[in-house]
Amino acid sequence: MSVATDTQIDHPLTIAGRTFRSRLMVGTGKYADNDTMVMALDASGAEVVTVAVRRVDLDRSKEASLLHYLDPERYFLLPNTAGCYTADDAIRYARLGREAGMSDFVKLEVIGDQQTLLPDVDGLLEAARTLCQEGFTVLAYTNDDLVTALRLEDAGCAAVMPLASPIGSGLGLLNPYNIRTIKSRLQVPVIVDAGVGTASDACVTMEQGVDGILMNTALAEARSPVLMARAMRWAVEAGRAAYLSGRMPRREVAVPSTPVEGMLD
Amino acid sequence: MQAMINGESRKLPDGVTLLGVLSHLGLDPRAVVVEHNRVIVRRDGLDRVTVQNGDTIELVHFVGGG
Repeated sequence: MSVATDTQIDHPLTIAGRTFRSRLMVGTGKYADNDTMVMALDASGAEVVTVAVRRVDLDRSKEASLLHYLDPERYFLLPNTAGCYTADDAIRYARLGREAGMSDFVKLEVIGDQQTLLPDVDGLLEAARTLCQEGFTVLAYTNDDLVTALRLEDAGCAAVMPLASPIGSGLGLLNPYNIRTIKSRLQVPVIVDAGVGTASDACVTMEQGVDGILMNTALAEARSPVLMARAMRWAVEAGRAAYLSGRMPRREVAVPSTPVEGMLD
Repeated sequence: MQAMINGESRKLPDGVTLLGVLSHLGLDPRAVVVEHNRVIVRRDGLDRVTVQNGDTIELVHFVGGG
């Protein structure tokens, strides 16, 4: 097989034996309205979409639920445990999410600090161990810390989701080295979750070799979520292709692209 | 009889089942998950659980999230 065709081959993203058509996962929070969300989801090409578990508003029970807008034939719903600050809370939300949804997948978050929304690693590991034992397919949102990522993998997590930068910050990929290190050491898929702000962030993140990206605010808070969703779709595909292509080495000197021979006297 | 539903104290008829609570509130049982005193009750069991005075009921569903 030629190198040219060899580099075009990519395996689809597979988590716990389930294959997904896109490496881009998107959230459903913070959109101005559900119609905009539906169009942005469509433009993103994403299959996995995250949702949250919250109380039904008893005074507004007649309004169409979120599920009304998400075609179950097209989207794979991934319930999260956002807003949980203890392992017990996260486990409770995970169980409710499994009951409300159609799978045992959960995006596990245990938050340790209100200001930064950075994870509580102890709580995260405790919840991950319990949920994995209960048969959940756990995708764990975590710091860009190798040791924690390894422990989450050991706990049985089906994917590890280190942050690019804090949730909703849009600061982009702050530590590419950490993300590359995590990717190089884990067997399970590494999905970068949180912090991507614009398409170049997504592209650079995918160029580190990770298996996918999950984002929400970058789309929902763009002036045009639909256009940004399209940009993110391209960026994820471009970054993935660039990673697979094997980039040229960085050099501290210029090397001419044009022959130096044949110049006129 | 009083029960806490989603953090609010609500008056309910004596002997009402969880399914009856949903119907009382105008909720479709297919659209909510019911947690009764911290235990999830599946849809097909909602008519078999009778609410007692002082019970805590949480009715949840999916909303947008990241």
